[in-house]
Amino acid sequence: MSADRSTALDPLAAPAALSAPVTLPEALAGAEPVESVCTPIRMTYTYTPGRALSRYLRAMADKRILGERCGATGQVFVPPRGVSPLAGAATSEVVELADTGYVESFNITRVPIERRPDLKPPYCSAWIVLDGASVGFLGLVINIAPEEVRIGMRVRAVWKPDEELETSAANILGWEPTGEPDEVITDYERIGRVDASDP
Amino acid sequence: MGAERTAVIGVGQTRYAAARRDVSMAGLLREAAYRALEMAGKTWSDIDAVIIGKAPDFFEGVMMPEIYLAEALGAVGKPIMRVHTAGSVGGSTGCVAASMVQSRVHRCVLTIGWEKQSESNAMWALSLPQPFATSVNAGAGGYFSPIIRRYMMMTDAPELIGCMVAHKDRRQALLNPYAHLHQHDLTFEQVVDSPMLWDPIRYSETCPSSDGACAIVLVDEAGGDRHPGPVAWVHGTAMRSESNSYGGRNMVSPAASEQCADDVFAQAGIVDRRAEIDAVEMYVPFSWYEPMWLESLGFAAVGEGWRMVESGATELDGGDLPVNCSGGVLSSNPIGASGMIRFAEAALQVMGAAGEHQVDGARRAVGHAYGGGAQYFAMWIVGSDKP
Repeated sequence: MSADRSTALDPLAAPAALSAPVTLPEALAGAEPVESVCTPIRMTYTYTPGRALSRYLRAMADKRILGERCGATGQVFVPPRGVSPLAGAATSEVVELADTGYVESFNITRVPIERRPDLKPPYCSAWIVLDGASVGFLGLVINIAPEEVRIGMRVRAVWKPDEELETSAANILGWEPTGEPDEVITDYERIGRVDASDP
Repeated sequence: MGAERTAVIGVGQTRYAAARRDVSMAGLLREAAYRALEMAGKTWSDIDAVIIGKAPDFFEGVMMPEIYLAEALGAVGKPIMRVHTAGSVGGSTGCVAASMVQSRVHRCVLTIGWEKQSESNAMWALSLPQPFATSVNAGAGGYFSPIIRRYMMMTDAPELIGCMVAHKDRRQALLNPYAHLHQHDLTFEQVVDSPMLWDPIRYSETCPSSDGACAIVLVDEAGGDRHPGPVAWVHGTAMRSESNSYGGRNMVSPAASEQCADDVFAQAGIVDRRAEIDAVEMYVPFSWYEPMWLESLGFAAVGEGWRMVESGATELDGGDLPVNCSGGVLSSNPIGASGMIRFAEAALQVMGAAGEHQVDGARRAVGHAYGGGAQYFAMWIVGSDKP
């Protein structure tokens, strides 16, 4: 192995092409360099949900949860995006799901979140798998100390008061324990090892 | 006619830091690009095309930076192409750049990835509200923490394995002059006692936010043969992706990750992955991802990755499969560059040019990156011998 350039050279020395000194005109000799400028930007989105999510969001206003089933794989998706990723096909059947399920896994955030004073640390976010659903989604686990949350814990939705319901997933304030026995989750088989190329 | 043999002849990195206020985005790129050109013994006029990679524009709020950076990148009058695959982008960009030479479209390509996190708010950009989902505002740490918890439960791994990985990577970073974090006196106890951010992820088990850029010069076989300095030959490249939400998905070891690894090791003719690889640079932004990827990439059996960590097998000092000798993503994380740094550091190892964090006699090394909700994967294997 040749004695390499990298150890021969100072790795932090400026590259030759960038090391030429810059001469400032006298008038600028004492000027403070501007090292950073803050430019706030803001964006507002218009979101077109499509047919599957439209149905889901409208049902939300009635405190109902609609998923959609894939005709090829039988998998049930919620929130439904109208497509089954493994089959690469449109979902073909609307399925109403109960507002109960279990915690697939969870996180406890212990740091304050900027601009979200409503999220007081420590708080628990979790993957919630609804009964009858094939995939989980993220939600907050509430009405329990975060330290007491368990993988497999049974939960039910806590809805906003009826007069505040909208066509929004925010209608569900969080998920609280039902007090039922935990789901039994044994090993890798529980979440499966499927071949994504073989729907 | 098979693919053109392709060689890395130059690697350039910037010093990584929380804020590089001494340079603009363009200046940051020049620093890495000129270092790579110097090591390669090339100038911009030798470069046929520039392949760039960066995480979302959203992070810095600069739309399509490749357009205004064309001059800084020496790309005026040349093809320029941008690759984007979330956090794995640095790796994917390396794969695309290699393919430009392997396909004989170009003979000499410069590829570069970067991020200037000091000008951005990645945590915010990763926590945008969606109308169909509850906003839990937990960023990347909050997304990956349940997956890590799942791994811990399924393998019964001891609670402090993650701290061992973090302490190792931070110690190894002391041997890398470019690393962002140089925590000279960091003790294992300090790692363990650091605050929980996204429980079970501690502060010291989390990657920093960094500014930085990394560049690689790739040439065809004749160019590699002519090069007077050390060369890293590309033995295989692979990319895979998948949805982050389908029934039965293994979130700990996604199918796309396993398929990406199977592909790249097959290309390199490697059967016993642990025995035949001398150094690994894998994408570990949260400490527990080291044992998780050791299993997913086939260096350890399922449930055995944490035992490799515990035994010291992944240490530069005395381990049989040193992982992240550079200090890894846990010590420097300019997101758009982080994957390319893994690829570049793998190349430096087999070139014998890794300086103080060199693995003695490394002949074959793996570079690895992942991104999104652990959905995008990119890997390459480089060797000191021609494939």
